[in-house]
Amino acid sequence: MFNKKKLGTVALALGTTLALTATSAWAKTTLTVASFPSFDQAVNSAIPLYKKLHPEVEIKLVSLAYGDHHNAMTTALATGGNLPDVMGIEYGYIGRFAASGGLEDLRAAPYSAEQYEKLFSKFTVPLATGGSGTLAAIPADIGPGALFYREDILEKAGVTKEDLTKDWDSYIAAGKKIKEATGSYLVSSATDIKDIVIRSGLKDGQGIYFDADNTITVESDRFKEAFRLAKAVREAGIDAQVGAWSSEWTEGLRRGTIASQMMGAWLGGHLNGWIAPESKGLWRSSHLPAGAYASWGGSFYGIPKKAKNKEAAWEFIKFMTLNKEMQIAAFRDLDAFPALIEAQNDDFVNQPIEYLGGQVARVEWKEAADRIPAMDVHKHDPVAEQIVNDALEAVLERDADIDTVLADAAKQIKRRARR
Amino acid sequence: MSSVESAVRPPVVKNRKRTLKQRLNASGYKWAPYVFVSPFFVIFAVFGLFPLLFSLFLSFHYWEPAAGLGAMEWVGIENFTFTLTDDWFQTSVYNTIWIALAAGIPQHVVAIPLAYFLHTSFKRSRNTVVGMYFLPFITSSVAISLVFTTLFSRDFGMINMLFTSAGNWTVGDIQPLAWLFPTANIDWNRPEYTKTMIAFVVFWRYVGWNTVLYLSAMQTIPKDLYEAATVDGAKRWQQFWYITVPMLKPMMFFAVTLTIIGNLQLFEEPFIITGGTGGIEQAGKTAAMHMYITAFVEGDFGTASAVSWILFALIAFLTWGNNKLLGEKK
Repeated sequence: MFNKKKLGTVALALGTTLALTATSAWAKTTLTVASFPSFDQAVNSAIPLYKKLHPEVEIKLVSLAYGDHHNAMTTALATGGNLPDVMGIEYGYIGRFAASGGLEDLRAAPYSAEQYEKLFSKFTVPLATGGSGTLAAIPADIGPGALFYREDILEKAGVTKEDLTKDWDSYIAAGKKIKEATGSYLVSSATDIKDIVIRSGLKDGQGIYFDADNTITVESDRFKEAFRLAKAVREAGIDAQVGAWSSEWTEGLRRGTIASQMMGAWLGGHLNGWIAPESKGLWRSSHLPAGAYASWGGSFYGIPKKAKNKEAAWEFIKFMTLNKEMQIAAFRDLDAFPALIEAQNDDFVNQPIEYLGGQVARVEWKEAADRIPAMDVHKHDPVAEQIVNDALEAVLERDADIDTVLADAAKQIKRRARR
Repeated sequence: MSSVESAVRPPVVKNRKRTLKQRLNASGYKWAPYVFVSPFFVIFAVFGLFPLLFSLFLSFHYWEPAAGLGAMEWVGIENFTFTLTDDWFQTSVYNTIWIALAAGIPQHVVAIPLAYFLHTSFKRSRNTVVGMYFLPFITSSVAISLVFTTLFSRDFGMINMLFTSAGNWTVGDIQPLAWLFPTANIDWNRPEYTKTMIAFVVFWRYVGWNTVLYLSAMQTIPKDLYEAATVDGAKRWQQFWYITVPMLKPMMFFAVTLTIIGNLQLFEEPFIITGGTGGIEQAGKTAAMHMYITAFVEGDFGTASAVSWILFALIAFLTWGNNKLLGEKK
């Protein structure tokens, strides 16, 4: 049997320890940051630096795969449970999250973030703006579009960078030359051309598929031209007909059977890191063809309305996004192009990139970032994108009439975007 | 023992032995059985019943999930009417049924003879062989789908390599197999191949499972039936056709039911193979994928819930039909 006195002592000791831990936990704020790879690396490397400034804050990073993270955040916002203090949000979801009203309005007090808005690339802030002029998140990094190409293959075919970028007709002609001389495809997929052309020539405040007043724009000349060019590319036989990130795609880039790829500037990091590390020095970067400017992805930080430590969360977000050093660190380590203009103007941008044969490519990316229009994101964009992709396949595969498929697509979008 | 009794303090006079029944009826024990069975009910209520009812409730609403629970908006049966008249949903159901038939029928047509073969031809090594056939069933479907997308890769896949090397096989100046095999790489991602590819993967994965089901049923068929048939001069295929197949009917009912339910809920294989998009022109998008995309890509949880209930009704109806066809007549 237990000795009652002994038991009492144990209980007392236990109680004291508990009380002590409780008080020490009280003094420390645990800030939960939810993110996804490789955006989470920025947080990971920031933790030791942040701790020096704010020893009272303990940062807990919860990281899930890209899709899982955003599904988990949707569920958390829906139910109001398990919400982090700081939420990492990727470009593809920012429109929906911003419109939902589940995130704090950072323009309102005590955040008053309006004063910081001009510090970021101008196209980023409207992305995170909700319908009623609320600011749901602060941009951290962006993906200015660039054309990556294999210099050696172009040289072999006698094609110059200007041939590729002058206009689309010249681009297709250059692709034919490359195919004839080297057997390499110029593009991975004709869809890539469509994706860029439907994004080019947009003015601030316009959306890709929807206008500012919700009218569907897929029957416009922008789409007709995009479809016509995609078809021309397919007919010229210069696209490899593979989807991005498929094994054919990575192998094609690695072996040089795909001679160029248009994507966010961060593709350089992927090429260097794992896709084609052995072709170091052979790749170059340039502006997109025909004076197009587009952005590929980008990441944001927001604070859920039901977060527990909003004040600490806001401090942390400011540290991650407004701090030039942090932004440049992420730029250097993760190829995450900073959204902060001050960081874009840092001397780091002028340094040559070894993988790209010593090219000073970041300057060009910065120029692109300046010119990307402030596009409007619509909550039905994913639906419209699916419909337009299906329509393009009908044109490419079954030679359907462009005007007819686009008219059908407009009808489809209207039906599906019913709310 | 004494400590338990003193803790419960039964209102019975001490020093008198009680029977077991009396003890179990003592007030302190009345709730005990409920406590012991409660874990199941608690777990079922949280993870089974609640989501079920909630999705039913949700299917009558429009809901912007990121805006929180307060943002639900009653829309009546609009989600159901929209889904039923929706051509994407119809295509996805067509794809599902196409894949279910193309993957399901061969599963049983192959599994029954295969099980018979294993049953009659292997004695010692049977379990090892059965284990090999069963292996795909217990392997992660994500891993399987990734391996198959690699095998089916257009430029670097094994399958195209085998096909084209057969097609380009040259004797003298002619290619004798060129009429049967392709001479150039086939792009298996083209819409005309997507469903076949998915059906093949599903077939490959579940044929072993069905074989095991049928094999276990065969082992319960009395041996004397076969002995009597042998005495009467029945050949081996006759024994298979007139004894094994009729005796397997209850197991066929069970296995076909599982195939119907499983194939109509098909999700992982087409999801991984088509990269989550449903493939070019949605050729490989199943109904379950349509539900997922409606909810998580388009953000319309209400309509997605309606899709899930329509799918449930469809599965229930087909299972009922299967019961009429193969189930036991009373």
